[in-house]
Amino acid sequence: MAIEGKVWKFGDNIDTDVIIPAKFLNVSDKKILAASAFADLRPEFSKGVRNGDILVGGNNFGCGSSREHAPLAIKEAGISVIIAKSFARIFYRNSFNIGLPILESKEAVESIEENDEVSADLVTGEIINKTKGKRFQAKPVPDFMRDVIQAGGLVEYIKKQK
Amino acid sequence: MGMTITEKILAAHSGNDHVKPGDLLQADVDMALANDITAPLAIKVFEEIGRDSVFNQDRIALVPDHFVPNKDIPSAHQAKMMRDFANKYAIKNYFEVGQMGVEHVILPEKGLVIPGDLVIGADSHTCTYGALGAFSTGVGSTDLGVIMATGKVWLKVPPTIKVIFEGEFQPWVCGKDLILYLLGVLGVEGANYCALEFTGPAVRKLTMDQRMTMSNMAIECGAKNGIFEADDITLNYVKERSARKPLVVKADPDARYEKEIHIDVSRIQPQVAFPHSPDNVRPVSEGRDVKIDQVFIGSCTNGRLEDLKIAAGLMKGKSVAKGVRVIVLPGSPLIYKEAIREGIIETFIDAGATIGPPSCGPCLGGHLGILAAGERCASTSNRNFIGRMGDPKSEVYLVSPAVAAASAVLGRIGSPDEI
Repeated sequence: MAIEGKVWKFGDNIDTDVIIPAKFLNVSDKKILAASAFADLRPEFSKGVRNGDILVGGNNFGCGSSREHAPLAIKEAGISVIIAKSFARIFYRNSFNIGLPILESKEAVESIEENDEVSADLVTGEIINKTKGKRFQAKPVPDFMRDVIQAGGLVEYIKKQK
Repeated sequence: MGMTITEKILAAHSGNDHVKPGDLLQADVDMALANDITAPLAIKVFEEIGRDSVFNQDRIALVPDHFVPNKDIPSAHQAKMMRDFANKYAIKNYFEVGQMGVEHVILPEKGLVIPGDLVIGADSHTCTYGALGAFSTGVGSTDLGVIMATGKVWLKVPPTIKVIFEGEFQPWVCGKDLILYLLGVLGVEGANYCALEFTGPAVRKLTMDQRMTMSNMAIECGAKNGIFEADDITLNYVKERSARKPLVVKADPDARYEKEIHIDVSRIQPQVAFPHSPDNVRPVSEGRDVKIDQVFIGSCTNGRLEDLKIAAGLMKGKSVAKGVRVIVLPGSPLIYKEAIREGIIETFIDAGATIGPPSCGPCLGGHLGILAAGERCASTSNRNFIGRMGDPKSEVYLVSPAVAAASAVLGRIGSPDEI
């Protein structure tokens, strides 16, 4: 299953306070959260993001607070996949749990620039930078995580176990 | 091959004799925790799963501490959602305003975590309970919702990094300085997906309050947990609070560690994490030119009685510098009461500080002390990310209670030796 979109590029150590500042956490409505994504760091993000766009980050993406509101806001804003050099542990877990695909590839991130057109295959982990004509292979997803994604998120996975 | 403390607790909770880093396992949860920000999403997940009851109404703790006492109408709605859920499912450990404090201060204080436990919380600072010799880690709301329904959690066994603290403490150096120093050594991603095991003669002397400060900030270098071996100090703390039998877990002599880090405590002076990252750590002597507008003493990192006692001891008979606002939030009602009894609160008020209700307050930019653009705060809390405590153009400097108190009197970042 390949996803194609335009890239929004971010740096290293993007923490969940920056993704969604706590002043917006007094609600849990996904649409309201999405409208506040990156409100302070990149105020143009929530208005400019198009359905299917791809978010690219550096090392330790999603560090800090465990707030699931962060991946929820990114997903609801329309981002189809996050590609980063590495993810913070809780953010990684949360993303799978809510069905937001994420891929790890240092090489791909170093090649990709803002506004590049990129495609990513969530099953094979192949990432293609169409703008630059380069291919990359993401780190494989653990089997258990793939089962969770195939079930449609952790809730569906648990329901099937019942 | 032997196991580390973390590996042993994970094995014992998953029906395994032996586990190794990388193993995926399903573990039984002794205590599950959420707060007024993470619980609403977890409740939605729980309802979606469609169970009639929670896995165990005695083994869930719900603490409204982030935006409570309610700061606005949406927060009031979220707090009510959690309260209604607690009533509906007869959750024993729900702490209403009046009983509530900072979640990671409340749980150990009430004896809800003991050595050997496995605790999962929808809050990243759930790693605090490593101080009690328990495995504890933070997750998101979906995980927590599933745990409330099933009592089980999927975990990958982390490799353990052993950190050995040796040597004598310099004056005014405490647990906060040790963990800040370690963050500087490891970096914010230095222990990602790993367990930290804190050991060595220097930390064996530390009180429970100081150990909790250290375990609390394990997440700031990406660690899954930060654990101490339970000892007499731990057991004395626990026996006054819980009737359950603690399980003291020790690492095997042939346990395998990802790496070992030796830290000579005698070379550490009080530390300051400069903006905007908890690993941007320098000695306090390099902060002398940093003028401050606010001091915050409190949070799950440093809102305990010993923290308040140290800060008040330094501020006794002195005044807060002109132009500085000092906000003190005791971590729990019990701490607040004891601080009144011991004259700590009077000392703070006489010095010119204000006291707020036990809660997270300004730590995460919620309420009770938000910063304006250009303002700087010396804070005993745990994160100084951009905009963490208010305006994205404000700055947070992470310090110990002693440095916070000294800075309050000086009007700039400074050492207790200077006052």
